[in-house]
Amino acid sequence: MLLASGLSVSLGRRPVLSDVAFEAQPGQITAIVGPNGSGKTTLLRMLTGDLAGQGAISLDGDTPATMAPRALAQRRAVLPQATAVGFPFTLREIVRMGHEAGHAAHRPGIVDEAVAEVGLSRKIDGFFHDMSGGEQARGHLARVRAQVWEPMRDGRPSWLFVDEPVAALDIGHQLQVMTLLRRFADAGGGVVAVMHDLNLTAMHADRMVLMDGGRIVAAGRPTEVMTDPLLSSAYRCRLCVNTAPPKGIWLLPQAAALA
Amino acid sequence: MATAAIAAAPATAVTAPRLKVGAVTAGLALILLTTAAASLSLGASGLLPWELFSRDLSPAERAILLDIRLPRLLLGALVGASLAVSGALMQGLFRNPLADPGLVGVGAGAGLGAVVAIVLGGLMPAAIHAATGMYLVPLFAFFGGWATTLILYRVASLRGQTSIATMLLAGIVLGALAGAATGVLVYLADDNQLRDLTFWGLGSLAGANWTKLAAAAPILIAGLALSPLLARGLNAMALGEGVARHLGVPVEGVKRGAILIVAAMTGASVAVSGGIGFVGIVVPHILRLAIGPDHRSLLPTAALFGAALLIAADTVSRLVVSPAELPIGIIMALIGAPVFLWILLARRATMEI
Ligand SMILES: Nc1ncnc2c1ncn2[C@@H]1O[C@H](COP(=O)(O)OP(=O)(O)O)[C@@H](O)[C@H]1O
Ligand SMILES: [Mg+2]
Repeated sequence: MLLASGLSVSLGRRPVLSDVAFEAQPGQITAIVGPNGSGKTTLLRMLTGDLAGQGAISLDGDTPATMAPRALAQRRAVLPQATAVGFPFTLREIVRMGHEAGHAAHRPGIVDEAVAEVGLSRKIDGFFHDMSGGEQARGHLARVRAQVWEPMRDGRPSWLFVDEPVAALDIGHQLQVMTLLRRFADAGGGVVAVMHDLNLTAMHADRMVLMDGGRIVAAGRPTEVMTDPLLSSAYRCRLCVNTAPPKGIWLLPQAAALA
Repeated sequence: MATAAIAAAPATAVTAPRLKVGAVTAGLALILLTTAAASLSLGASGLLPWELFSRDLSPAERAILLDIRLPRLLLGALVGASLAVSGALMQGLFRNPLADPGLVGVGAGAGLGAVVAIVLGGLMPAAIHAATGMYLVPLFAFFGGWATTLILYRVASLRGQTSIATMLLAGIVLGALAGAATGVLVYLADDNQLRDLTFWGLGSLAGANWTKLAAAAPILIAGLALSPLLARGLNAMALGEGVARHLGVPVEGVKRGAILIVAAMTGASVAVSGGIGFVGIVVPHILRLAIGPDHRSLLPTAALFGAALLIAADTVSRLVVSPAELPIGIIMALIGAPVFLWILLARRATMEI
């Protein structure tokens, strides 16, 4: 289990997170949502140790900050919001970097499997920078998947931290990526994802964490967080949550324009 | 739940044009041996390559071979390998193919260090001389290069991202500053020291002898031998420092290691052969086109290619205006400057520089 408490950080002398407590269970997709600038990326970067600030974080009983980098890389993989590649590597070489850093480095064939999982097999030996923005995003996802290939290892969960993994993707690939994350969680892994699309999140996440102004204003099952007052207040417009048979909830985006 | 099984598009596979690393390595090794044999045998005294093995040499020929050409060959190979590997390391560190110790002022900084040692060496306490011996000049060159690289990295990198414009501009400024300081020292130098200094500006292997080789070789060999340890880290750093950290790379250690090795190799090279530019740009660039940017294969092949290139350039420099010599730095600039422009133009077409 991922447990964090008392997370506070200031960027450029402005407090961006203040006293945030966060938890995520293995076997679940925990989605962080909230309006632009509400601190989602900042929270994720605190959780992954990219930002130094105040607070305590424990990952399945260990303190990531004091773990050896290699050991930590075998337990959890992190996909930032954007990653620029500095040299003309091929997709295979990029994904191999994840594979070799991870806990299944000795097992052959994983690079091909991870690339197949995101539907890019045809481009595996092509230049990474020749792929479209959405394909590059899926390529990086394959890299972090190859790093923590086994969702459970030695009875301990592996973790994926992903910042807006579907932001650049068409609807078909959005579903593909969410299905990939779902399978990882169903097999025992932990997923913490910053998400933008509320409908997609409601459909796939086990828990939603709603942020606003550097604080968590609601957390719980999607049905608990996706309520008219909570969303309307956080996103500062009138939003109507609807339910559709047989189950599930959906948001009518046009409602925002009526506010 | 939607299964999101996306049918694979029936198009053909995409493949980046790459040569086999093994074949390229073998080819470069062969070229290195050939240029080495040519360099040993060609020259003002007109020995032919095959005569090395096919007949007994006179004492004079033997002296030319063993005391002049052999140390020069070995020094050229080590300096060429070091310059090429330094370039590759620096480019990996800055995530940019245009970073080169010679271009961004590290060579000038190392030169300043060396000139300080030559001109002000006499004023230093005897203890320093006793402790450093013949390593005084390489050591000062190392400190000069090290300080410049550190300043450069501090200026050009912010939160793990490097601005190439800032890096080149900062490099120009640091190079100018080091050049000015060097100028002041040259002004202070006496005639004897001036003779030592003249050979600097041009960049040449002409002064090679066993003593210089003995002073530089341990540093250069150590740098070459240690650099592969950084390969995996530099690969990961191509995705940014943050991602490299998540890939389990001790980023600060890799950065510090790369800066130290670049400074040591540039310092030692500059100390024995002056400033020879562009090897560090040309060699890694051509190799990245041929075999790709993976530092695990790039660093060793760069060493082979750099050694062969510098030996070849040195041989040409001894032959074209024989019996006089053209400084090797001039030849490398003639080859390297167009390649640099070519990289600039190619990058301008595809991305922001
Ligand atoms: N490096 C920075 N310096 C100053 N302010 C920052 C920095 N990074 C982010 N912020 C601010 O922190 C707030 C939260 O940012 P972020 O976590 O990226 O938001 P989001 O929820 O859209 O991911 C924003 O108001 C942003 O302007
Ligand atoms: Mg964000």
